[in-house]
Amino acid sequence: MPSAELRIRLPLLLLVFAVAASPAAAAQPLDPHPRPGLDAVTLDRLVDPETRDETIASLVEGTDVRALPLLRALLEGNLYRGPPVLLDRQGTLEDALTGAPAQVDRDQLEQVTINNRVRKTLERAVAALSLLQGTPAERLEAAHVLQENPSAEVLPAVQKALAAESSGEVRETLRATVAMLALASPDAGQRLTAVEELRKAHAKRQLMQRLEVEQDPAVLAALREAVRDVDLALQRAAMVGLAFSGLSLGSILLLAALGLAITFGLMGVINMAHGELLMVGAYATWLVQAAFRGTRHFDWYLLAALPASFLAAALVGALLEITVVRKLYGRPLETLLATWGASLLIIQAVRVAFGAQNVEVSNPSWMSGGVTLLPDLVLPWNRIVILLFSAGVLLGVWLLLTRTRLGLLVRAVTQDRQRAAGLGVRTPRVDLLAFAIGSGIAGLGGCALSQIGNVGPELGQGFIVDSFMVVVLGGVGQLAGTTIAAASLGVVNKLLEPWAGAVMAKIVVLVFVILFIQRRPQGLFALRGRALEEG
Amino acid sequence: MSTASVALQPTVVEPASPGRRLYPRPVWTIILAVYAVLAIGMPVLHLLVPAGSALHVSDYTVTLAGKILCYATVALAMDLVWGYTGILSLGHGLFFALGGYAMGMYLMRAIGRDGVYGDPVLPDFMVFLDWKELPWYWTGSNHLLQQALLVVLVPGLLAFVFGWFAFRSRIRGVYFSIITQALTYAAMLLFFRNQTGFGGNNGFTDFKRILGFPLASPRTRVVLLVLSATLLLSVLVACRALVLSKVGRVLTAIRDAEDRVRFCGYDPVSFKLFVWTLSAAICGIAGALYVPQVGIINPSEMSPANSVEIAIAVALGGRGTLLGPILGAALLHGAKSVLTVAFPELWLFVLGLMFILVTRWLPRGVLGLFWREDRT
Amino acid sequence: MTNRGLGLAVLACALTLSAAPARAEETIKVGILHSLSGTMAISETSLKDTALMTIEEINASGGVLGRKLEPVVVDPASNWPLFAEKARQLLTKDKVAVVFGCWTSVSRKSVLPVFEELNGLLFYPVQYEGEELSQNVFYTGAAPNQQAIPAVEYLMSKEGGGATRFFLLGTDYVYPRTTNKILRAFLHSKGITDKDIQETYTPFGHSDYQTIVAQIKAFGAGGHTAVISTINGDSNVPFYKELGNQGLKATDIPVVAFSVGEEELRGIDTKPLVGHLAAWNYFMSVKNPANTAFIKKWKEYVKKNGLPGGDARVTNDPMEATYVGIHMWAQAAKKAGTVKVDAVRSAMSGQTFTAPSGFTLKMDETNHHLWKPVMIGEVQGNGQFSVVWKTSKPIRAQPWSPYIPGNEKRAQR
Repeated sequence: MPSAELRIRLPLLLLVFAVAASPAAAAQPLDPHPRPGLDAVTLDRLVDPETRDETIASLVEGTDVRALPLLRALLEGNLYRGPPVLLDRQGTLEDALTGAPAQVDRDQLEQVTINNRVRKTLERAVAALSLLQGTPAERLEAAHVLQENPSAEVLPAVQKALAAESSGEVRETLRATVAMLALASPDAGQRLTAVEELRKAHAKRQLMQRLEVEQDPAVLAALREAVRDVDLALQRAAMVGLAFSGLSLGSILLLAALGLAITFGLMGVINMAHGELLMVGAYATWLVQAAFRGTRHFDWYLLAALPASFLAAALVGALLEITVVRKLYGRPLETLLATWGASLLIIQAVRVAFGAQNVEVSNPSWMSGGVTLLPDLVLPWNRIVILLFSAGVLLGVWLLLTRTRLGLLVRAVTQDRQRAAGLGVRTPRVDLLAFAIGSGIAGLGGCALSQIGNVGPELGQGFIVDSFMVVVLGGVGQLAGTTIAAASLGVVNKLLEPWAGAVMAKIVVLVFVILFIQRRPQGLFALRGRALEEG
Repeated sequence: MSTASVALQPTVVEPASPGRRLYPRPVWTIILAVYAVLAIGMPVLHLLVPAGSALHVSDYTVTLAGKILCYATVALAMDLVWGYTGILSLGHGLFFALGGYAMGMYLMRAIGRDGVYGDPVLPDFMVFLDWKELPWYWTGSNHLLQQALLVVLVPGLLAFVFGWFAFRSRIRGVYFSIITQALTYAAMLLFFRNQTGFGGNNGFTDFKRILGFPLASPRTRVVLLVLSATLLLSVLVACRALVLSKVGRVLTAIRDAEDRVRFCGYDPVSFKLFVWTLSAAICGIAGALYVPQVGIINPSEMSPANSVEIAIAVALGGRGTLLGPILGAALLHGAKSVLTVAFPELWLFVLGLMFILVTRWLPRGVLGLFWREDRT
Repeated sequence: MTNRGLGLAVLACALTLSAAPARAEETIKVGILHSLSGTMAISETSLKDTALMTIEEINASGGVLGRKLEPVVVDPASNWPLFAEKARQLLTKDKVAVVFGCWTSVSRKSVLPVFEELNGLLFYPVQYEGEELSQNVFYTGAAPNQQAIPAVEYLMSKEGGGATRFFLLGTDYVYPRTTNKILRAFLHSKGITDKDIQETYTPFGHSDYQTIVAQIKAFGAGGHTAVISTINGDSNVPFYKELGNQGLKATDIPVVAFSVGEEELRGIDTKPLVGHLAAWNYFMSVKNPANTAFIKKWKEYVKKNGLPGGDARVTNDPMEATYVGIHMWAQAAKKAGTVKVDAVRSAMSGQTFTAPSGFTLKMDETNHHLWKPVMIGEVQGNGQFSVVWKTSKPIRAQPWSPYIPGNEKRAQR
């Protein structure tokens, strides 16, 4: 690596670096413009796609930490072609070599682009070099990256880091990585250790690749056993994953159907605009998110979005109740049709107001990504949060129904409207409030939906039939029914999906519900007598 | 219908004398006049009047009229179950579509070698799915007679089985409506699958001929128009006769107070099942005439939205009147055709408002604004 | 002059005066057949707007043959029978000279008999599965060999990651099915066996991809895997979200999509998706004068007409194809000296146009398809694509894919 030019410039660079060295090692940007650690030739070879690979490899093998800022910049797309090569440091452009600020029109800039393949090598290189500096947390993260994707060229950096590493956790991870890399070693003992490490890491692909070329019988046996173990582990993980996905789907169905169950139980009307209440909640979330965008508190916009979506949907629901449902009291079939018309109106209004295109709702950072339960099972955060959220909503509704006066009235009117009215309950008011609350819950459901799928005018249409199925299956008037129906439909759907495909699973579930209703028309749980009466 | 229960009946107030007409004369005149315009006037103006003349009826109008007539027939069938028996079905589009698919199967086979892939037996979509032979449920589909039977049998049988289970379990009201919607939704998903063997999302299209007559020729179009008009008229007459008969009275009684009918000794299940199956068969036939005129059938005909539109056409026209739904279907689909050109963004507002206005302020529909029948 | 004479003179003047404007107001009617409501509205509304913008542009520079173009916009509402009805209406009632429209293959197949019967002309701007060649249609979108096959070749190349196993994921309709059929035959020809290919379909509007992502992970354990996604527009959002959240990064298992463009990415946070790929014949991020002008025109049009989305509106491949198609039609009409369909059809052969993609596109002399360049782009964090590979010149379309048995008989006319 050391070329003639480098020998000449090296002392100069070192001098310059002396200032920047210590802050860089502590990874605290004390110097706003730390000098990069490459010379012009290496930089050009880095930028040039033809020589890029070898340059990165040599930088990593040479464990040259000074290259780290530039490698990071290349990875994040912050390098621009020269001459001279420019670097974008948090919005300001500067010369990549000298750090001098550059005044160049951004439109004239040509970004140094990398593709997937380079990205993979770069990520490894950046991780390898990060092992040699940075906070313990950063070093641990880098170690994990390398463990997931070990490759021969990082070995020098890993060994160097091992020698100097203080944190035990990091050392552990690094040792595992070194062991994994020894899979191709001539020493059978080392290979056995490598197999063990790979088995623990569930790295099936590498085990399978080695299985094809391995000669030593002991190692072969170990390999086969390791693959068997990993397969079992994968199966177990798949089951857990399946159960989780079923519950996740069930939680979403519950959120979607809960409001409908309350209003149907109370008033015996199926609100065909229910899906649109979900959609209104989702759009309210979008508006709140758009308002928070660019501010420091963006990550917490959901806290504001929840009441916003509840209120928005509750308002729309109340409006619906007053203008349509109330006037058609006693005529449930007409109400069905009228609310369908209302749903068309709401969809078209939203389409005209916000456009027919989907709108983007970004997840807050704590909802992105997932928790790695097992090496092969990542449970997405957004689904976990939604699961907990739906449990919370369920609890809230239960408390509302059983501990508040309004809940008492709602239950009374649900059980026997005439008698409740006779006892002085103002049923129209109860209707309105319950309808509004049911709609509000749908709004909350929409808020949840915005985190996992599309937000567009037709959002609600995809959940209408499912919500109906949950309500019809669960029976009327009991929260338990709705909950169990939602959970079972979700789990059954997900169980069928792997071998029947998504469509057949859905069809089977629908047919199952239809047949179930024939056998038990009142649903799973029903208040006695209420089920089949209709106006 | 159980004859035993009829024999136990106390005497019922019979409708008027045996020679009673179905409709009073003025109404008949209007009906027959409209029929004449559609079945005689339009064909003449289309075939015999040259294209440049102001009186010429274009093929666009002919196909549009035929389409609306088929929708009107469906609305009529829907009125039979909803207006007269009180069963709101939100899945009637399924029977319409099934009839359409049965006819479509024949039309696909009739393409013969003129398809894109030129296979004499397999329709194009099967060729590109790499299927080597026709599935068993396609055997004999190149015979119009067989498919014509299936047009009636398939929707009828499905309706019968579904109705038998549903009515026996005494599922009524909104519950029934919801599961009919689930049924049509499930069927739609099933037909969207390419593996089901009905063309998947593309459905059946690119028809060439029917019974050897090219579909694109004016004469064939006119014949289909006349058939549609005649179907509508015959169904109207038959339904009218039905609702004026004793059976019709039981049906309206079931609509108004089903439990009381049961306590009176009638078995509502058989009546409901009868009218439900009949209605499905009528929808099937309407679908079969619809498809050659429109040139395509695909699973979105089975969408819940389509079925709900049928209900609103009935409500718009005036349910329980038979003539009302015909008017309603014409208004609805006419408005759709006009508005999606003139004010495309307005169309859904209009449709949505239509639903609300009709259910709230026009319980008797548009027809009820100016005609009300005094029936004892 | 007697009163009667005066009256007759006035009448005669009135008649001549009323007759004259009737001749002078002649415009050329042009039909626009895109869904403005329903499921396809999301994708097709932009095409309607692009078409209107292009017509405005042509009119501003004098129109065609001295007459202005008058757009006739209809809304078939994502309803396939309505497409056929509107097409017939445009051709017989409005007597349009040409129609620009359709997106899904169903809509195109439902209007095709109408156009063939009435000898109309349709310009179809969307990438599709091929297996069609009508004398009444000009296809300005990509055929499979101009999109799908180069993308897979890229994935198999060293630069693309050297994939050896392929997960073919699509929405269940004709475009993915045909494309996957072609791709499977192509992969066989490259030595990839069926055990390294998995084909799965999801229904329209599918939004729960948990199981599918788990299947991809399981399949990926067997070697260098790539996913080829023909998922229809809308469902891509939940798919990508699930991919990102379950930690499947593009550096592990890259996904190349054929129906995801700038418009579809507008609805997602693209940071977890950096590195995933799309194959088109145009990207908004391509830098050249024609594209800069095109984007500028579009943004001005959006602002002037107050279209929803404002500055966030993007351009994409079907929009570019619409733009190119309308201009080519105008050029052909000028060359033929008339808007009559048969003359324009012959004049279309060999037409060229400098497209925003930076290439000069040519309408093939015989097969009614455009010669188009192929570009592979990687998703960036800002919702744009960075081009990682492109052909050096436009390539000819093969509407009848040689990978489907039976197509050898078809002349590549």
